[in-house]
Amino acid sequence: MTQLTDTPLTIAGRDFHSRLLVGTGKYKDFTETGAAIAQSGAEIVTFAVRRTNLGQDADAPNLLDAISPERYTLLPNTAGCYNAKDAVRTCRLARELLDGHNLVKLEVLGDDHTLYPNVVETLKAAETLLADGFDVMVYTSDDPIVARELEAMGCCAIMPLGSLIGSGHGIQNPHNVRLIVEQSKVPVLVDAGIGTASDAAMAMELGCDGVLLNTAIAHAREPLRMANAMKLAVEAGRDAFLAGRMPRRQSADPSSPFAGRING
Amino acid sequence: MSIQIRLNGEPHTLSTGLTAADLVEQLGLSGRRIAVEINEEIVPRSQHADTRLVDGDHVEVVHAIGGG
Repeated sequence: MTQLTDTPLTIAGRDFHSRLLVGTGKYKDFTETGAAIAQSGAEIVTFAVRRTNLGQDADAPNLLDAISPERYTLLPNTAGCYNAKDAVRTCRLARELLDGHNLVKLEVLGDDHTLYPNVVETLKAAETLLADGFDVMVYTSDDPIVARELEAMGCCAIMPLGSLIGSGHGIQNPHNVRLIVEQSKVPVLVDAGIGTASDAAMAMELGCDGVLLNTAIAHAREPLRMANAMKLAVEAGRDAFLAGRMPRRQSADPSSPFAGRING
Repeated sequence: MSIQIRLNGEPHTLSTGLTAADLVEQLGLSGRRIAVEINEEIVPRSQHADTRLVDGDHVEVVHAIGGG
C-alpha cells in the first residue's frame, strides 16, 4: 500500500499534522474532556479565560491539568467578549496565564442570542492585538471581503463560521466558504456550526485547511466515538479535496464496460 | 488599617500594605495557573511580590476553563 503524504498545517510558523482543532467546553468532567481530545487526535485545543471562583476549594482540578500545555498547543479564546477592549484584555490575561504564549483565537460577538461575530469590533481588536505581538486566529462571518481585510491586517488564520456557534447546523453557505478559501494565503478553518462528521468532511472538501469544533463532540451521546468520527472525517475530507472529485454528469455512465455483454 | 478593593467584581477588604503576591496567597492560589490584572493592566507573575495594592484597586484573578 502506498503511503500518502500531505503538507502540514502551518499556523504562525508552527507545523501541525492534525487538521482538527477542538474546544474543551461542555464536557461532563475533565476526565471526559481529556479522553475525547486525545481520541480526536487534535494538537490545537481551545479554552476560555474566566474569573477564578474565590472562596471555593483552591485544590479543585484545573483544566490545564487535563489538557497540558506541554502536550497540546493551547489556544485561548475571547468567547463572551462583545467589544474590542474586553477581547484585548482577555488575550493579555491569557498570555500571562500561559507564560507569554501569544497565539490566540479572537472572537468578538454581536449578541448572546446569535453569538454572531461583530466584525467591526473584531477588526478593531485584531489591529490592537497584532500591534501588541499576538498571533491572531480570527473567528469571523463568512463574508469574503471581511476575511480579506483580516488577512491583509496580518491575522494568521481566518475562521469563518459554518453556522451559529453551538447550533450544529453545518455549513450554511459553502459558496462563501469556498470564496474565502480561494482568495486566502493564510489557513482557513471552519469554526462553529459543525454538527456531525459529514459537516467536517464537507469543510475539508471545500478546501479548508482545518476545522474547529466543540459541541459536536461534547454533546454527542458518545463523545469519544464522535471524537474519532471527526478525526476520520477531517482526514477523509482532506484526502478527497487533494484527490480532486470526479466531474458531475447529467446522465449515467456505467462503471462496467458495454463490450462483451452476453446479450450483446 | 484596611483597604477596600474590588476583587473579581466583588467588594473585598484587605489589610493595608499587602502585595498582589500576598493576595494570591490569601486566596490559596499560590503556584496555581492564574493571571492577575489590576486596573485593567496585567501584573506579570514576576512582579506580584513588588506590586502593592491600594484602596480602590480593581483586581481580576483569572484561570483557564473549558471553552470552544
